[in-house]
Parts: sequence; C-alpha cells; structure tokens
Amino acid sequence: MSSEQDHLKDTDTEARFEFKKDQNAAVKSDKGLTEEIIRMISDDKDEPDWMLERRLRALEQYQNMPMPTDWPGQPDLTELDIEEIVPYIRPDVDKREGVDDWTELPDEIKDTFDKLGIPEAEKNALSGVGAQYESEVVYQNMQEQWEEKGVIFCNMDKAVQDHPELLKEHFMTTCVPPSDNKFAALHGAVWSGGSFVYVPEDVTVEMPVQAYFRMNSEGMGQFEHTLIIAEKGSEVHYIEGCSAPKYGSHNLHSGGVEVFVGEDAHVQYSTVQNWSKNTFNLNTKRAICEENGTMEWVSGSMGSKATMLYPCTILKGRGATDTHITIAFAGEGQNIDTGAKVYHNAPNTSSTIESKSISKDGGRTNYRGLVHIADGAENSSTAVECDALMFDNESTSDTMPYMEIEESKVDVAHEATVGKIGDEDIFYLQSRGLDDDDAKKMIVAGFIEPITEELPIEYAVELNRLIELEMEGSLG
Amino acid sequence: MARLELNNLHAEVAEGDEKILEGVNLEVNSGEIHALMGPNGSGKSTTAKVIAGHPAYEVTEGEVLLHLEAGEFGDEIEIDEDQRTWNILDLEPNERAALGIFLGFQYPAEIDGVTMTNFLRTALNAKIDEREELFEDEADADDEEDEDEGFETSPMEGNVDEGDVGVAEFQQILQEKMESLDMDEKFAQRYLNAGFSGGEKKQNEVLQAAILEPSIAVLDEIDSGLDIDRLQDVSNGINALRDEEGTGILQITHYQRILDYVEPDHVHVMIDGQIAKSGDASLAEELEDKGYDWVREEVYGTA
Repeated sequence: MSSEQDHLKDTDTEARFEFKKDQNAAVKSDKGLTEEIIRMISDDKDEPDWMLERRLRALEQYQNMPMPTDWPGQPDLTELDIEEIVPYIRPDVDKREGVDDWTELPDEIKDTFDKLGIPEAEKNALSGVGAQYESEVVYQNMQEQWEEKGVIFCNMDKAVQDHPELLKEHFMTTCVPPSDNKFAALHGAVWSGGSFVYVPEDVTVEMPVQAYFRMNSEGMGQFEHTLIIAEKGSEVHYIEGCSAPKYGSHNLHSGGVEVFVGEDAHVQYSTVQNWSKNTFNLNTKRAICEENGTMEWVSGSMGSKATMLYPCTILKGRGATDTHITIAFAGEGQNIDTGAKVYHNAPNTSSTIESKSISKDGGRTNYRGLVHIADGAENSSTAVECDALMFDNESTSDTMPYMEIEESKVDVAHEATVGKIGDEDIFYLQSRGLDDDDAKKMIVAGFIEPITEELPIEYAVELNRLIELEMEGSLG
Repeated sequence: MARLELNNLHAEVAEGDEKILEGVNLEVNSGEIHALMGPNGSGKSTTAKVIAGHPAYEVTEGEVLLHLEAGEFGDEIEIDEDQRTWNILDLEPNERAALGIFLGFQYPAEIDGVTMTNFLRTALNAKIDEREELFEDEADADDEEDEDEGFETSPMEGNVDEGDVGVAEFQQILQEKMESLDMDEKFAQRYLNAGFSGGEKKQNEVLQAAILEPSIAVLDEIDSGLDIDRLQDVSNGINALRDEEGTGILQITHYQRILDYVEPDHVHVMIDGQIAKSGDASLAEELEDKGYDWVREEVYGTA
C-alpha cells in the first residue's frame, strides 16, 4: 500500500471518530450537581417516587464521600470538576420509548451512527441493538423470537416504568450499592439511559445483544446503567461499544454495570470503549455469580484522560467461574488504571484474569487487581496473568496485584511480564517486507489477539482499527 | 538474474566500536549456491544481518550492491536501466526485502497472536506494494487511484487493494508450498514461530523464502538443531528455491553435513571478518577434515 493511500484511509477512519454533531437536545440540565438537577432528571423521565428517592439518597452519599486520592499510583483526578459537568442531555426523540424504526431518527443522529457503522451491524441481523446518544437510548430493535421466549432488552428508563419489581429488587441494591464508592454514588444520583437485559430460566440467547453509547456534547457526563439478569440455566452475551469525540473541556463517563448470573447461567459482557482524550472514565461494574454460574468479562479500554475501572465478580455460589480478559492502551498524557476484582466466597470457585496493556509516548497503564479467597472457599483456584507492552522508555506500566487468601486449600497463580516492543521482532518482520509501522501494528495486533478473538467480528475490527489509530497518534 | 555484490565491506557494532567485518568481498548470482563457513565469531552472521539491514550494525566502509535485470520481477514490473543497480545499504530492511533479499534467521522471532497465514499474506502483499513504489515512475503515481477495494472474504484479514493477493488465492499458494516442504497444514493457523521446535522454525524460514520468492537468500545456520529427516526437508526446500525460482543462495554453516544435500558451487571461509579463502565444494570437505586453523596459517602465516 502506498503511503498516500495510507494517509487517505487514515483520514477517513479518523473522521469516523472525530466528527461532532450539532446538539439536538430537547432537554439539557444545568451544570453541576444539586438536588434540583436530580429532581429535574427524575421528573423529565416521569420516574416513580422510589427511583427519585434512590437518586436523592445516592446524592447524599456522594456528597459525604471523599474523592479517592491516596491510592498508590492512582490517576490524578484534580482536573475533574463535577460542577462543570452537564449531567443530563436528552436528545429530541420520544423520551421513554426510543424509536424502533431507524428511519424515524433525526438526521444528525442517524449520521452519527452511520459513521460508526451501527446500521451495518443492524443489517447483519444481530439480535438487538440499542444505541445511546447522550443520555438516552434512542434506538431499540429486538428480534421477535427473543421476545416470545420472554427475553427483555430495553433501555433502563423504560425498564423502570415497565418492570418495577425486577428493578426495585436489583437496581443498585446488592450488586453495586451507591455506598460502594464515590462514583457509584454519583452514578446512582444522575444515572440515565443504558440497557436492561432479562433472560428467563433456561433460555439461551444465541446472538450477542448489543448496545452502542456515544457521548457527543461538550462538557457532558454520561451515566448509563446496564442491568443484566440471567436466570437459572440461561445464557447471554451482551456487548457494548462506546466512544466520544474530543472537546476542549473535560467530559465525565461514570457508568454502572450490574450483572446477576443465576445458577448454571452463563453471561459474557464485552465492551470496546474509546473515549476522547479528555474524558474521565470512572466506572463501577460488578457481577454476582450463583452456584455453577459463569461470568466472563471482555474489555478493551481505549482513549480517556484517566480511566479507573476494575470489573468485579463475586463468586457467591459453589462452583462458580469467572474470567476477565482486559486490554488497555495509554498514549501521551493518558493514565489507564484498570484491572479486575474477584471475591471467592464459596468452595470450588475458580477465576482467571488475563490483563494486557500497551503504553507509548509517556502513557501510563496500571494493572490493579484484587483476588480475595474467603475462609471456607476450599478447592478454589485463581490464575492471574498481566502482560505489559511498552513502545518506549518514557512510558510506564505498573502491576499491583493484591491477593487476599484466607483459605489454605486453594490454588493461586500470578504471572506478570513487562516488555518493550523488541527490536529483533521488528527487524524480523521488516526483513520479510513489512515497514516499521506495519511491523509494530502486527506485533500489537498479535498481543491483543486474545481479546479480539472473544469479540464479534465488527467489534474486533473496530478495536484493531482504534489501536492502529492510537499507534499512529492520529486520534485526537 | 540478480547479483549481490559485497565490496570491501567494513562494519562494526552500532553502539560501540567493536569492528566485526574488515573488508568482505563476495559475489552471489541467481541460481548459485555459496557456502559461507568459518569459526565462531568470524563475522558470518554479521555479514548476513548487514545485508538485510539490521540496525545493530553500522557499515563504516564499502558497499553492498544488488544488480537486477529488466524483468527481474516478472512481466508486471519493467525495471528501467537506471534502476537496475541499487546500493542496498541506503535502503530500509523492508525495501531490501522488496528488491528480493531474504534473510533466513538462525533464531527467528516468535510473534504471538499472529497466524502464519495472516503474516505471510501481509508480507507478500507488502512486498508487492513496496516494489510498485520503488519502480513506478512519478507520472504513474499521480494517476493511481486510491480506492479502497473493501474486504475480500473476512475483514479480519484486512483490506484488499488492487493487485494484492487475496485470502483465497493466498490459501492456495500457502497450501502448495507447505505440501512441497512436507509441512503439516496445521502450521497455517499457528502463531508465527510461537512454540515451534527448533526444526519447525527452520522449516518455517524456508517456507517463507518459498512464498516470498527472493532473488538472493541468505540463510544463517539454517541447519543448526535439525534432525536428519528435517535436514533433508529443509535441504529439499533450499534446492527447490534455486531450481524453481532461480534464487541465489548464501548458505552460512558450520558443518559439512547440510552441504551433502545442498551442494555448493562455491565455498568461502571467513576468518576475522574477511573471506580468507574461496574454493569449490571440495574445500568444505577439506575443512571438515582439517578444521579452520590451516586456513588461518595459510593465509596469515599464523595459527
């Protein structure tokens, strides 16, 4: 390929991620975080009182909690000013139902998703796509066959209206209570949109359920909530992609994900996230896994100024299994602090954590992990593997694996490797005809292959493209 | 026909001033097999790496010339008169590869997560593209369309540009070459050299040469660590390269063993960074019997 072609292609790809749309907001909150704003959000959504009460309680908890500041090697959050963030913007579409016909969407929203390739995914007859634009899910489509089996896939605001009993029981109660951490509390107060997935007993949803989140306005916060309930013996793969263009002022993304994995159920949650370089990406994601249940997390974290994200699984039932596969990429001025948490609270539970990070141009990646094996969780096992790949001597990568083992009859393994992209490896590929850039891309593509092989093809391609763009430094 | 010419080549380690090559003269033509022998540390591997453009070495004197013929790369590319001789020291390693230089590594890199198929097809297409760039005239370059042809079969295999070898076509090439080298077809989906045995790695180097069809292949101790069966497979591969592609081969080796299967037209003995003595195949046998000291004695008058 000629360098000229390269250039053109890159510009095209770059344009796909960088464009911005005029705001098409019907409702936009003030900046900052007050009781009035919370009431306004709740009112705009016609929420039942119990949800408003939960929001207000979460707000109170948020106000009483300090910012995390003293973790070793923690990303700097001093530039994050919640008072400057607009927590709620509703685009001009039907606020609760969303729309189920693509053609009814406003043109600028259609264009946005067009550039991100969402309609293609839809054309490929995937089981369901929910696309969130700013704070609301604007597009829903679910194949009828799943609905007939009792599968529910809708946006969270609709779920609050239509499935109050399920929500009252599961929404930020036992899995991610607002008291968990400051940003979980913030999320509990201002959450908006997101996906609700309910899979009844013994139902297997063969196609991945998909959602795409796009943060398009300057200085806004996005606080989508994802709640997945997989009943006994059911199986589902939920996948989401996120992105945001670059703006002058900081954005905040503080999502919440709660997954309930029933007895013998199997849930895979996959995400490819690409945030603009000034987004603070501070999330709480957790799964509770019953007896012989299986939880799998697959995540690619790209972009953002700072990310703090440690998907957590509580292995509550005997024989429950958890897998984490994560990849992080940090370029100049970025600090990606990510990892995994697993609590082994029952016997015969097992977990595997595979964490990969890439850093270049002074970027910083941390692996921060916690594996807790409770007293009595005998015959449990865990294996943690962290691999860091660095492009240069300016970049840093730290591994902080905490292991809290209270039971002696367990099997614990931890392995970490840190490497610079090897000159010999590059030379080998160059001697076969690849130029320096392509050689590096190929090595990195191979490094992240364990992630991409777990993803549906269009997400894998997207992840590869994003990483290629990051490596060329052409993504703002 | 291509000719590789090393003229008075001096090189040292880039970081430091340790001299390794001290005036190497050598000429390898298409269709010839040259054996380069010599004791450890005499500069054989360095010669190979300098030819391929390894960044760890700095050339302080001399030149490495590659002469090409008008139709060196088939009918598609006509090579103008003024582009038939290249001082390849001015070129990047991948440009040298595009001009037909191949280095078979003694210790090939292991690249995890990259399948053989994906790697080899990428390499083949990169070479084709680079060639077009090196030989196309300015006028043509402007006319060329930059249209993205889209995905051929699977987006994971990357975009297909006009003139590129597509996935299906490549599968066929790969399968044929692997069969001729007696390689298990499972190789195609394994990761590049990752977890390969020593013998498999060497076989893989020959496979890569077979697919990339170089004009000149420098094979650095391709025979080390091979059992007798694998040695024969690898040797057959090397002979096929010469016989079918007309590749000129510079075979670096310590032992006579491989030369029983790959019969050299010329044998060179390297000592202290220079070619001390050259001869025909019988020289290798003599070395096998008598070692290297007698050459040193004969040439330098000391043992």
